[in-house]
Amino acid sequence: MSFRPIFDAHRWDDVKASIYAKTAADVERALAAPKCTLEDFKALISPAAAPYLEQMARLSNQLTRKRFGNTVQLYVPLYLSNECQNICTYCGFSLDNKIRRRTLSSVEMLQEATVLKEWGYEHVLLVTGEANQTVGVDYLQKAIQTLRPHFAHISMEVQPLDREDYERLIPDGLHTVLVYQETYHQEDYKKHHPKGKKSNFYYRLDTPDRLGQAGIHKMGLGVLFGLEDWRTDSFFTALHLAYLERTYWQTRYSLSFPRLRPAEGLLQPKVEMSDRELVQLICAYRLLNEEVELSISTRETPTFRDHIIKLGITSISAGSKTNPGGYVVEPESLEQFEISDERSPAEIAAMIRRQGYEPVWKDWDQALATPVP
Amino acid sequence: MTMQPLVIAGRTFSSRLFTGTGKFSSAPLMEEALLVSGSELVTVALKRVDVTDAHDDLLGHLSHPQFQLLPNTSGVRTAKEAVFAAQLAREALETNWLKLEIHPDPKYLLPDPVETLKAAEELVKLGFVVLPYIHADPVLCKRLEEVGVAAVMPLGSPIGSNKGLLTREFLEIIIDQSRVPVVVDAGIGAPSHAAAAMELGADAVLVNTAIAVAGQPVQMAHAFRLAVEAGRLAYEARLAAPRAHAEASSPLTSFLD
Repeated sequence: MSFRPIFDAHRWDDVKASIYAKTAADVERALAAPKCTLEDFKALISPAAAPYLEQMARLSNQLTRKRFGNTVQLYVPLYLSNECQNICTYCGFSLDNKIRRRTLSSVEMLQEATVLKEWGYEHVLLVTGEANQTVGVDYLQKAIQTLRPHFAHISMEVQPLDREDYERLIPDGLHTVLVYQETYHQEDYKKHHPKGKKSNFYYRLDTPDRLGQAGIHKMGLGVLFGLEDWRTDSFFTALHLAYLERTYWQTRYSLSFPRLRPAEGLLQPKVEMSDRELVQLICAYRLLNEEVELSISTRETPTFRDHIIKLGITSISAGSKTNPGGYVVEPESLEQFEISDERSPAEIAAMIRRQGYEPVWKDWDQALATPVP
Repeated sequence: MTMQPLVIAGRTFSSRLFTGTGKFSSAPLMEEALLVSGSELVTVALKRVDVTDAHDDLLGHLSHPQFQLLPNTSGVRTAKEAVFAAQLAREALETNWLKLEIHPDPKYLLPDPVETLKAAEELVKLGFVVLPYIHADPVLCKRLEEVGVAAVMPLGSPIGSNKGLLTREFLEIIIDQSRVPVVVDAGIGAPSHAAAAMELGADAVLVNTAIAVAGQPVQMAHAFRLAVEAGRLAYEARLAAPRAHAEASSPLTSFLD
């Protein structure tokens, strides 16, 4: 069983045409429906829904508070390596980008971790490029084992792995894996990923299935906005999520909304996504799915982030550095992308409180998933 | 006029409103709301607290003599994981009371009856005071009672849904049959729902979302306190049966006298 046959049954151009054909009547039907379907979701992300944004925002706010309460979770990325064998046209770590490559040792990881702990973090997201010789599964396992005593919740955003690899890492304390499809547009995917293991579209598409089969606690999906039509890509994300929720019903899901940011030597977005459109999408996801976690990173501006936490977002990063060693070990190394919100975690926590929400640093405990011999 | 006290595992509670600690907009607000609620049993998710930190923010705001802590295992997916987490909670929070929650489905958070029964049996043997969160399943309640749980906590409707007592028919059977206290947990969205559960004869209710997410959580906590007391007093006073029609004024059987 996999998502592939469902994906193959949907043609990109047909999906796109049906989204753009949605009318105000379709949007109103979607807003009034007791349970939002994928067809309703198409209407909510269509241009026809633009005049209904305020109504969508109100509904999203209510639904999010009902499920998640008056809380916002905090997490922080920890970049372990910028070594990468892939060419990705939009990424600062791309193989053809002549930058100094750096992979943290266990000692260096702990130095970085010390700072994150001082800031109050309990949830860390480990990030690497894809270089199987230096940052393969052995390296990742070592990293998780090294950091586990210091963090309640360990997430990972690295290359897609085989099921057996995930099964190896989960008992060591891996709780969440983020794997973004980047785009569900097959031809464009090949254009943006011309070289390296990442150029295999279907291996990446099947990754959430492998994660589900391995019994991961939580997985994160998403696409990179700027590569292709965001509405069509988001429909495919929602389709993927709907399939996964039914199939791997013990796993939790989160969605992220990375918009292409300038990085050294890279392409400009083919498709611009405005703030208004991103808000529309976030609210549409919430109306479609009351339970999915929605996450926003420091790619976005302070003003946008301050306002978005009331509109459906449930977790947020702060103080992030996107270069390996960026916190203390080697602050000057090259970053993956520029961040827009440079405020400290304490400032972000204070902002969250001012809006009437409680910043939640800890929402998992390693003791809850310890395998008992 | 006061309610009869509630006794669970030898401990007497003068409040029949149990409360949760999640979803509040701040820890001080939670503390104030719980104090106003009069609650004496307060459940805490193990995943939310740092048991290694003596100055944990959440726990700090719960350190009042009237609050008995009820650690819960929210997040575990199997009986094995629950037993491990329970032992850690007992050691760290110095209480053998446990709200056993095993909901492997993170979407609707519905409890797994098979794993819950397995875990309950083992935890009772390990000396825990077990309060399991379960479906409103009368047979499961009897099975749990047989393995020695201190109370049963059937749901009124899916957790956090605020939909009230959708399982009413089954709650009535559970209350009718049970030899241990019945605490209606989950789905209670309004004080009227809580009062209805108490009028049915539930021994207590557990409320979290409806208080935490209210516009004025402190005032809502007070409202729940009143509703639970009203419902319980009504139950103890024995409600008049509802009737569809007025009583006939001339008895039909008086000719027999």
